[in-house]
Amino acid sequence: MPSNKKYWKSVEELNENSSIVETLKQNEFVSEIPTDEFLGNKSALEASSTTRRDFLKYVGFSTAAASLAACEGPVIKSIPYVVQPESIIPGVANYYATTIADGFDFASVLVKTREGRPIKIENNEMASSHANARVNASVLGLYDSLRVQGPKKDGKSISWSTFEIETNQKLTDLKNSGKEIVLLTQTFASPSTSKLISNFKEKYGNVRHVVYDAVSESAALDAYQAKYGERALANYDFSKASTIVSVGADFLGDWQGGGFDSGYAQGRIPKDGKMSRHIQIEANMSLTGANADKRIPATPSQQRKALAKLYSYITGQSASVDLPAHIDEAVQKAASELKTAGSNGVLVTGINNVNAQTVALAINAALGSKAFDTKTPIMTRQGSDKAVATLVADMKAGKVGAIIMSGVNPLYTLPNASDFAEGLKNTSLELSIAFALKEDETASAVQYIAAAPHYLESWGDVELKKGHFSLTQPTIRPLFDTRQFQVALLKWTGNDMTYHDFIKDIWNASVLGGGSFNQALHDGVFTTSNGTIASILGEEMTSTSDVAMSGNDGHTTTAISGGEAARALVSSNAEGLELTLYTKVGMGDGQQANNPWLQEFPDPITRTSWDNYLTVSKADADKLGIKNRHVANGGMNGSLVELNVNDVKVTIPAIIQPGQAIGSIGMAFGYGRKEGLKEEMQTGKNAYQFYKDFNNVQSNATVKVVAGEHEFASVQLQTTLMGRGDIIKETTLEIFNTKDKSYWNGVPMVSLNHVETPVTSPEVDLWDEFDRSIGHHFNLSIDLNACTGCGACVIACHSENNVPVVGKEEVRKSRDMHWLRIDRYYSSEETFAKDDEKKDNFSGLFGDNGSLGGFNEMESAAMDNPQVAFQPVMCQHCNHAPCETVCPVAATSHGRQGQNHMAYNRCVGTRYCANNCPYKVRRFNWFLYNKNDEFDYYMNDDLGRMVLNPDVVVRSRGVMEKCSMCIQKTQKTILDAKRDGREIKDGEFQTACSAACGNGAMVFGDINDKESKVAKLKEDNRMYHLLESVGTKPNVQYHTKVRNTTEA
Amino acid sequence: MEDNSTNNMQQVILRKLTSTVLRLGFIVLLTFSTSLKAQEGDPVKGKSLYNANCAACHKLDSKMTGPALRNVETRLQETEGLGREWLNSWIRNSAGMIKSGDAYANKIYKEYNGTAMTAFPTLSDQDISDILAYTAEEPAVAAAPPTDPSGQTQETGTPNKLILGALALLFGLLAMALILVRRTLNSFADAKGVDVAAREKSTPIWKAFVQNQFLVLVTVIILLLASAYFVFGYLSQIGIDQGYEPVQPIHYSHRIHAGDNGIDCKYCHSSARVSKHSGIPSLNICMNCHKSIAEVAPETLAEGQEFGVDYNAEIQKLYAAVGWNQADQSYTGESQPVKWIRIHNLPDFAYFNHSQHVMVGGIECQTCHGPVQEMEVMYQFSPLTMGWCINCHRETNVKVEDNAYYTKIHEQLSKKYGVDKLTVAQMGGLECGKCHY
Repeated sequence: MPSNKKYWKSVEELNENSSIVETLKQNEFVSEIPTDEFLGNKSALEASSTTRRDFLKYVGFSTAAASLAACEGPVIKSIPYVVQPESIIPGVANYYATTIADGFDFASVLVKTREGRPIKIENNEMASSHANARVNASVLGLYDSLRVQGPKKDGKSISWSTFEIETNQKLTDLKNSGKEIVLLTQTFASPSTSKLISNFKEKYGNVRHVVYDAVSESAALDAYQAKYGERALANYDFSKASTIVSVGADFLGDWQGGGFDSGYAQGRIPKDGKMSRHIQIEANMSLTGANADKRIPATPSQQRKALAKLYSYITGQSASVDLPAHIDEAVQKAASELKTAGSNGVLVTGINNVNAQTVALAINAALGSKAFDTKTPIMTRQGSDKAVATLVADMKAGKVGAIIMSGVNPLYTLPNASDFAEGLKNTSLELSIAFALKEDETASAVQYIAAAPHYLESWGDVELKKGHFSLTQPTIRPLFDTRQFQVALLKWTGNDMTYHDFIKDIWNASVLGGGSFNQALHDGVFTTSNGTIASILGEEMTSTSDVAMSGNDGHTTTAISGGEAARALVSSNAEGLELTLYTKVGMGDGQQANNPWLQEFPDPITRTSWDNYLTVSKADADKLGIKNRHVANGGMNGSLVELNVNDVKVTIPAIIQPGQAIGSIGMAFGYGRKEGLKEEMQTGKNAYQFYKDFNNVQSNATVKVVAGEHEFASVQLQTTLMGRGDIIKETTLEIFNTKDKSYWNGVPMVSLNHVETPVTSPEVDLWDEFDRSIGHHFNLSIDLNACTGCGACVIACHSENNVPVVGKEEVRKSRDMHWLRIDRYYSSEETFAKDDEKKDNFSGLFGDNGSLGGFNEMESAAMDNPQVAFQPVMCQHCNHAPCETVCPVAATSHGRQGQNHMAYNRCVGTRYCANNCPYKVRRFNWFLYNKNDEFDYYMNDDLGRMVLNPDVVVRSRGVMEKCSMCIQKTQKTILDAKRDGREIKDGEFQTACSAACGNGAMVFGDINDKESKVAKLKEDNRMYHLLESVGTKPNVQYHTKVRNTTEA
Repeated sequence: MEDNSTNNMQQVILRKLTSTVLRLGFIVLLTFSTSLKAQEGDPVKGKSLYNANCAACHKLDSKMTGPALRNVETRLQETEGLGREWLNSWIRNSAGMIKSGDAYANKIYKEYNGTAMTAFPTLSDQDISDILAYTAEEPAVAAAPPTDPSGQTQETGTPNKLILGALALLFGLLAMALILVRRTLNSFADAKGVDVAAREKSTPIWKAFVQNQFLVLVTVIILLLASAYFVFGYLSQIGIDQGYEPVQPIHYSHRIHAGDNGIDCKYCHSSARVSKHSGIPSLNICMNCHKSIAEVAPETLAEGQEFGVDYNAEIQKLYAAVGWNQADQSYTGESQPVKWIRIHNLPDFAYFNHSQHVMVGGIECQTCHGPVQEMEVMYQFSPLTMGWCINCHRETNVKVEDNAYYTKIHEQLSKKYGVDKLTVAQMGGLECGKCHY
């Protein structure tokens, strides 16, 4: 029987007479539906011819139409040239030799262009030096979306003709009124530009040309000029030196223009039982110090004394210097080694002090050093501190009528930028022009911004070294409405020639000596021993440096003797923490701060990207309470400190740097820029504000910890090798020369039937070997002795393989995409060898020798003075690859040419392969990095995408990627040979990294060609494979690092 | 009537006679009248001379590098008062005449932007007269369009249709007759009282089917499998554009260029020799020929009507794009790149190199692109799927002859596999990384 229970929703319902219940029964909604609000306009409703039914029809139709339209495939248009340029064939790359000369980096390079777009910088084999990481990355600067696209006046765009008329008028007025016109430029070292400036001076009379290097080498220039009468820098060929002593000179970095690493690396490869010995005395842990056989941490003031002492030991003069005993002893040994080496020794110093530089020149002269070269001095630094200081003072005092700047950004790079800004605002300054690529700090403060072209769009010439000339030629039509400084000079001097013709005339007249200009343009470089050539450059430069030398205090630098200089060095003393300002391999002087490749490029030493920071020694950090800690998400956090030098204060994060000399701190230039930069690139703090008197050493610094923590983006948190000597094999020259290979580079053993068997023997192999003896079999050889960790290969790989930039946040989460990384390891004990020993002596879990505590200890690097080793790691292309066996969709497979292939379109993103890879070289696309505004670096705008290599796929979200051993390059080499019907010669096969390596550390080739370099390297005693005990049989070889610890 | 006809006949004969006599006389006159000032030329000889010497720069009816030459002699005589003497010296040494300051020579030299006419000192007076005779000919009336060939096929078609129609009629009549017979028989039966046994009603077949669950299951499975097969087939053809035949901005007929004219593919698609791209030819390549081909032959034009295309109008489109002023025979400098619609689209992740296949492999373009020389409108012939690539790599032998690159590897590999000829696959042509990077 059905129940008659009554259910009620509200107590009100129990009241039978409730009116509310009755009302609600009739009404669906409690409150009135505001239909009037949207249907209230009755007249409009009635006027409309669309009924409800019609509306539904429209909706239905449009939905159907939209879905039908979506079924249609996209129509792809192809637009050929109307008139195809003869030299361009779509799909075939053209190479042009050109030269970068941005005032900081000078190098002759080859530019690879595709369909008229420059896409990659490569080394010019005919040039003596190779392109560093910044030069490799400079191609991206061409496609910078923040470039100035045309001339501007007071922030508004104008035309070049307006610019010309107005500036001509003003310059003429100034000439007539006799006011001074100042040209403030970078170092051009360009014969034609010097000539143009002379012409300009002639025409306008009262003209002052001030050359300004943001990172000054003025002291070295002054010292050289005083001694040798030429404003230049001594050239060093380290390949000719058997003993190298460096006092604070980061000559593998940017010391005196850089470019010394190729020569250095040559001497580092042990040949006939010999290699060079390198002793480094320095404060910051630099790239050079990391490569040294013996590194002596010393504060800048100790370095000065050490240099004086070295001088006294070598020349036999006595000097009373108070140095800590261990440094004194080391200096004594270094001196005796230098003396023993005699003409095979060389000494360099990075102390920015005329006396120090004079001493260095004197020592080298005294040694008769073969590596020391004054015949072909380096011309790429011309700046004068005094001239710049005078200019700033004059501007402030209103003595300057016009300033025209090119290639400089003084408002960012001057320590007294505010004085300069004041000078710019001075009413007596009638004209201010800045030739700039971007609206940087200076450009946005002047009247006229003259939009300058990128060097890949310009003509130019450079005298890199005396008698070594180099040409710049455009590799693309100017992308924007730009005009280079030299062209403007031509117009101002009323010359109708094109700059190209002007250069050609100058070269034909005084450089080529009858040689062909076209040949020189083709080669990019031209060398002559004819001494008269430098006269053009010399003439103008001398007049410039006259100003420099006669500075405001009126004293002219005359040559002082080494002894005097050494005594002067000793007398200087320092108090407090000593700050050494340095340039990073990635960022340099900060011109390319808007280059995401360089921002993401991890510093070779700290392995930190997207930042600059204060490097502090462990002892000082403990004293000051500075902490670095690893946090749960895998990133590193560091204390924020306030750095105060002479009342200039800045809050900056601190990194505890192993090997930093106690009592010294370091900070890198190039960061902290704000103008003309994307938001993501505005990283770090400006170090130029501490660059008082252009001295890279500032004493009396105080550091105090302030509240807060900074989040670093480090790509490597593990700092030591943990005694795993099979990752970086290392030995000393002595052992290398005297002991058997099995002692210092033994093959790991595994147990087979209780018999120790080498892991390379086929019996212990789980796999059937695939026959790779036919055709090509590629191997990449990496010599740990020749690798200085410069990182040119990292950027070359970036640009060749369209590797995306992921940004600081992602790098911090270890999601960096670099296919090629350069691992840096510190030793936990004094040397790596002692680490191994310690690990081998562990017994049991607990106790003094227990592994539990022992491993904990080994995790932290030796803080005082660890040994450092660099190891480039990319996909090892294992013949027995662990990644291949675990891929569920066979997206990664092996080719018979030795390459491990990765089919991106097949990958479903399980990431099993990355987990199974013992080398951790696989990179996963966590996001779509291209055409995605969340990653506002370069792949999200049309301009930036022009740098992409059309032969390599741009990977999408959710796929794994990794080094392909540049299969697109090897395949192209093979195809070219097939088409020509010839065999391939050794050296034709290259990868991006091996081609970029100017040090000869990376050699690529075919080991089936028994005569090839790489096949011979494979048979070398120093050869080993990374983690050989795993049995992966990689196709990348490493060569045991040998250190020359023999003290002479 | 008879008289009339004979009269007519006689008249005809007479006329023929007179004309032969006249003609003979004319020939005699011509052969012997050396004193005649104006030589009469032979237009047939003239035509071949014209084609050999003049046609590169002159057209009969329109301007090209030089002026149009139809009736040039009369025109000159009438407008400029210049006779054969002037023409002779102009043809043999135009530069000399310009130098000598001849007014009309200089005028025409300027009119054609200072393009000097090549001197033809070797042409004899007779040659020149022949040429001029050819230029004096009236333009041939465009050949009448050929009579519709379909007329004939209709004739042969008619009997077939007739026979079929007759047969159909016959069968129709037969069916009618049968129905009629049946009806009469039934009515007879009715009349005679014969009982025609009614058939027993059985369960309908669909009911039986529904009741048999096993059958239902089997059918469902078959249906599912079949639909899966078709769905798979449908899905896997998505993105495969075999037969894609878009309408291009300029109707370019590969049939005419590659087929009728036999132009080598790589004349226009020259980058296929050295590059991964075959390249769409730039318009300057078209102008190599089309500078002097502004119109197609009337026969070709007629062919075009079959496809609904006016080839001459298409050539005009090319001129507009490249900025060619036909009247001035000069480039205006205003060009408008042609936005062709790309037919063969490989995805970005597949690397394909034309030069590898064309130059190294020696593959005919037609192997992948089909009978291009017969295509009036270009279409995608091959599916361009990976399976299609792989298949070819499995079946095709590598062309190793006379290629020093292959000498060693071929020797070793053929020994290894025990074969004479190596397929691309045996060379490693199936490895993922060879096409995907």
